[in-house]
Amino acid sequence: MFAFAVKRILQAIMVMLIISCIGFAIKHNFGDPVRDLVGQRVTPTERAEIRERLGLNDPFMVQYARFLGDAVQGDLGQSYFFKKPASEVILKKAPATLELVLCSAFIITFLSVPLGIYAAIKPQKWFSRFIMGSSIIGVSMPVFLTAILLIYVFAVELHWLPSYGRGKTVCIFGWWDSGLLTLDGLKHLIMPSIALSSIMLPLFIRLIRSEMMEVLESEYVKYAWAKGLKPRRVWWVHAFKNTLLPVITVGGVQLGIMVAFTILTETVFQWQGMGSMFIESVERSDTSLMVAYLVFVGLIFVLVNTAVDIIYGLVNPTIRVAGRK
Amino acid sequence: METLIDIKNLRVDFALRSGTVRAVRDVSLSINKGERLGIVGESGAGKSVLGFSIINLISKPGKITDGEIIFKGHDISKYSYDQMRKIRGNRISMIFQDPMMTLNPVLTIGTQMMETVLAHMDVSKKEAEKICLEKLTKVYIPSPEKRLSQYPHEFSGGMRQRIVIAISLLTSPNLIIADEPTTALDVTIQAEIMDLLLELCKTENMGLILITHDLAVVSEVTQRIAVLYAGKVVELGLSEQIINNPQHPYTQGLIQALPQMAGGKKRLNQIPGMMPSLLDMPKGCPFEPRCTICIERCKQEIPILKELESGTQVACFMRNGANKR
Ligand SMILES: Nc1ncnc2c1ncn2[C@@H]1O[C@H](COP(=O)(O)OP(=O)(O)OP(=O)(O)O)[C@@H](O)[C@H]1O
Ligand SMILES: [Mg+2]
Repeated sequence: MFAFAVKRILQAIMVMLIISCIGFAIKHNFGDPVRDLVGQRVTPTERAEIRERLGLNDPFMVQYARFLGDAVQGDLGQSYFFKKPASEVILKKAPATLELVLCSAFIITFLSVPLGIYAAIKPQKWFSRFIMGSSIIGVSMPVFLTAILLIYVFAVELHWLPSYGRGKTVCIFGWWDSGLLTLDGLKHLIMPSIALSSIMLPLFIRLIRSEMMEVLESEYVKYAWAKGLKPRRVWWVHAFKNTLLPVITVGGVQLGIMVAFTILTETVFQWQGMGSMFIESVERSDTSLMVAYLVFVGLIFVLVNTAVDIIYGLVNPTIRVAGRK
Repeated sequence: METLIDIKNLRVDFALRSGTVRAVRDVSLSINKGERLGIVGESGAGKSVLGFSIINLISKPGKITDGEIIFKGHDISKYSYDQMRKIRGNRISMIFQDPMMTLNPVLTIGTQMMETVLAHMDVSKKEAEKICLEKLTKVYIPSPEKRLSQYPHEFSGGMRQRIVIAISLLTSPNLIIADEPTTALDVTIQAEIMDLLLELCKTENMGLILITHDLAVVSEVTQRIAVLYAGKVVELGLSEQIINNPQHPYTQGLIQALPQMAGGKKRLNQIPGMMPSLLDMPKGCPFEPRCTICIERCKQEIPILKELESGTQVACFMRNGANKR
């Protein structure tokens, strides 16, 4: 297991190197750090001087190494618009996005598992057909449409839920602005997280159902029935545990992807997170911030995937023992 | 001799889109307490379906459509799900063909054994564990205490089948149904497992239904043999009678096809032709199209089992006196 974990972590570092390289290439080619520093009103000779002093005329690899060295220490450059370190801007916005993603992941897990399993063990029941039918509609419905529909029904017509923003937040750990601790914050969270989970939820229901159905056909499940076990035990212990393995892998990837998917949801709900910050930084050609976002999201993606792989190893005895040897 | 299980006119149908497949056709068999019965026949003859129908665990859409299975004075074919569950793995245990597929890969051997005990016996976990260890010792698994926490993939095929046998012994059943328990194993281990099974049936006085297409094995283990062809019993008698003095032309063909019967010839004696499709059965005797001794009557009427002087029952007009030459 230890060897397996080390291997996965090394792979994760490789992926991060590649992401940072792409990020730096963008910055190198499209960004203008001099403008980021001094603005438009400086003469060309002064600019050239600053360029030289900042080492911007050095070869690509040298600059990349410098970028990497800074990045490891948490320095992802200066945001042109905010006149602050990019990493600081991102850390300020990250809690909003992460809370949104976590809440959606929560919704997805707690709905897709029971629904998917039900649809697998009782495929003939009308409720199963209803689940499967609506999941097809769910898959094909674009997020912004779901979001706008939600806003129209629950905010505009019914006035039940606020339509934009995060509401009241509480600062925890000194820097994390959390909306999870106030009723107002939670109310604001409901619609965005439903909208964000609406893409993945149907996919997960279908995935869990098809994996579960396959497992239910297996010899070991038939054997579990032949042993005279109670249905609950066969479904939840024998079948579900095996269903879980592929679902964990896919789930990890999807969770990472969801961080990126927030861009759309955040824009619609004016959610002050990293996603809307990214859109703004593109509009303002704030290259440093864009690249910082890219690297940061890449980092989350890689962290989640590595963690998921290690969890997978813990659930799957074959890997666990292979690592032990 | 006390009857253990009495199968009367059992019929199993698979309602498929292309028509109804009758996999078991009016089979009547009875087994005495502690008796070992072999069921032989070529692939697709309905051996497995017959075996599984006894504990009503036929894969979908298979259903018992007629007949009775009398076990301990009750027709268990009419049992409700919960009544049947209490028989499965308790009074009647199964051993499946491939031990690589039978055991659940993500659960320890201990879990898979304990759950069976706890499902049927009112004992504490401590006592259940004691029973597990005792049965593992019976199947000659060395240091069983250590084995309980191991996963199936840590065992060889032969070891796994021993564990499956141990599981089938846990509740001291009256009958074990073993569906080709050695086919998936290494040739060198096959005899070992067969001997173990035979020994255990004798010492524990358990009935055994041994499903196989290996006549040589079955004659050594069982006292009686039923020959199945296209879902029908075509010959039933004492093992030595069936092997040394087969009556039905199909049984004769099977015996001729045994390697040791080929008498040094390069090619084995195959029965020419194929078993008829269960969707499109001939009007008369199902073996008639492949039979070398058939007469006109065989095309028109289905022969039923009749007892000969030797005690063997055979379903053939040419053998059972109805049409002696
Ligand atoms: N799930 C199913 N759906 C449809 N038909 C089936 C199904 N299972 C079995 N059958 C039918 O029942 C017949 C008997 O199958 P069975 O598995 O009992 O054969 P068998 O004698 O055990 O053969 P083998 O030696 O290959 O195990 C098959 O020929 C097939 O037509
Ligand atoms: Mg079979």
